Amino acid sequence: MSARLSLWLLMLPVLLWLGLLIILPHIDMFFVSLRTRVGVGEYEYGLANYAAFFTEPLYLRTFARTAIMSVLATALTLVIAFPVAYFIAKVARGRWQGVLFLFCLVPFWVSELVRTFGWMILLRETGVFSSVLQWAGLADGPVEMLYNDAAMMVGLVYTSMLFMVVPLVTTLQSLDDSLVEAGYDLGGNGFTVFREIILPHAVPGIVSGSIVVFMLSLGNYLTPTMLGGKDSLWFTEMIYSQFIVRFNWELGAAFGFLLLALSSFIVWAALKLSGQTLEKTLG
Amino acid sequence: MLTNGTILRGTVATLLGLGALSTSASAETLRLLTWGGYAPEEVIEMFTEETGIEVEVTKSNNEEMIAKLRATGGGGFDLAQPSQDRIAGPQAEFDIYKPIDLSKIETGLFIESMLEATKANTTVDGEVYGVPHVWGTSGLVVNTAEAGSVADYTDLCNEEFAGKVSYRLKRPTLIGFAYAMGLDPFAAYGDEAAYSDIVAQVEEKLIECKANVKAYWDGGDQLMGLLRSGEVVASMAWDTGGWKLNAENPDITFVAPASGALGWIDTFALPKKTKAEDAAYKWINFVMKPEIAAMITASAGNFTASNGADEFADDELKARFQASFPQEAIDNIKWYPTVPAGLEAIEGAALDRVKAAN
Repeated sequence: MSARLSLWLLMLPVLLWLGLLIILPHIDMFFVSLRTRVGVGEYEYGLANYAAFFTEPLYLRTFARTAIMSVLATALTLVIAFPVAYFIAKVARGRWQGVLFLFCLVPFWVSELVRTFGWMILLRETGVFSSVLQWAGLADGPVEMLYNDAAMMVGLVYTSMLFMVVPLVTTLQSLDDSLVEAGYDLGGNGFTVFREIILPHAVPGIVSGSIVVFMLSLGNYLTPTMLGGKDSLWFTEMIYSQFIVRFNWELGAAFGFLLLALSSFIVWAALKLSGQTLEKTLG
Repeated sequence: MLTNGTILRGTVATLLGLGALSTSASAETLRLLTWGGYAPEEVIEMFTEETGIEVEVTKSNNEEMIAKLRATGGGGFDLAQPSQDRIAGPQAEFDIYKPIDLSKIETGLFIESMLEATKANTTVDGEVYGVPHVWGTSGLVVNTAEAGSVADYTDLCNEEFAGKVSYRLKRPTLIGFAYAMGLDPFAAYGDEAAYSDIVAQVEEKLIECKANVKAYWDGGDQLMGLLRSGEVVASMAWDTGGWKLNAENPDITFVAPASGALGWIDTFALPKKTKAEDAAYKWINFVMKPEIAAMITASAGNFTASNGADEFADDELKARFQASFPQEAIDNIKWYPTVPAGLEAIEGAALDRVKAAN
């Protein structure tokens, strides 16, 4: 009896957190998303908000664009983070390991806003890169590198770098060096050793890193708005504007649920395609 | 068992303690929901000294004010400062404000015509919900050395300024462009079909114009940076932004567009669940005194509805105002009428399409 009570008490914070901050608001949101305004202070229940999403090409396009760009950002982050993580886990020795890891961490000591402003200072027309290019004679006039998809991608990758490096370093550290040596002894070259030994071992790290980075990119608001400029409509921005600017909580709530469904579906599909399960990755 | 009981009691006590903490904070405080610059530190200090009431300032904008008050049913703040055209619609729709008791306000402190106009525009079911505070206009901020020919919103779309202009994707832009295109959006406010038609025409123009735009600005600081660095030579903006930049670089100034600047008045309105109503009235009567109003003008850069505050205002600011607004430009200011509930949805969809267009 007493042990059971202790268990419940220990669980209480988690249950309260889940119940009060996650489940209840979501139920409320769901009901809001089923309402439609028909007149001043009058509402009707139905699926009109979801219908609006599927009939307005703009919403669908933004939705697809956000998803594709997030997948791309995740892939790019993986490609860049893998060598970094491999170097930290396998090549660097002793103190260097810690120092290099710290270098990855340091940018995250300042807020995301400040980091994004940093990129704006570098990329803008009167910014650092543009001035250097002109000074070096590589450009005739000011070059604008801000306010396009590439700038946004740079921002997204930079923001989520750490969340890919950490799980990769952890999984790669657990790889026994003798396995790699054995691979070479058995006549493998760099590529086959990478494909047959290192990559399979790193899969759990890749999967968990990718899930986190994908979710962060999909739900990012700041980077697309600040670096992306005039063509950068991101789905979160649309949710924000429905709630705050247009006073249309109903449509905003429906968008929120669709985003939740989309992200869950993409993660599920990616796990299926790569033959992984969530249990294996976490476990 | 004993320890479990203690933990439980401790938890309950902590939760109750947190509850008590959040309610006791509002004893003699005025929680003000306002715009940047409307409640300068020195004015707050003088007010606290005179009345003993502390003032907590939250800076916001029209949309956020309404969203915040809507989320709490009109709670969390004791006095808000939405624009006069954004009170009647949200009040009818969400019931977030409390009528103003005009007998508690020293009406003699206000410029009468402005007070009457605001009262008329913020009346719902015979009750007045707002009194005027700060007013100003939006129009064009132009770097006259490089883009001297910009005289109206539509000039921002001229090819010679490609990649060097900016505006916001918000309703003032739709309305400004509509006037510059010879349409009359305010006259169509009551007629949803006619208004949709106007918005559709403006949408087409804005999509066509998109290639010219460097970036759609969001916040005042972002715009200032763009104009100061010379990356943008002409933009749709508030008058104060232009005057502030004019002090730094005489080439840049505010220009009232040929089709008319858009005039706004920010008001005082009482949130429905205000907990410090008396303090709110005291604050209103305090900041409307001419010498205090002049201090707010100095900090916000805009003039107030306070009667006689002009005498105390900074001469340089007055000179800038007169340079931007000759008499015929003042007569041509288009004051925002009350936004009927529901128009924002039409505008919102159009703005989203502009933002997504390629």
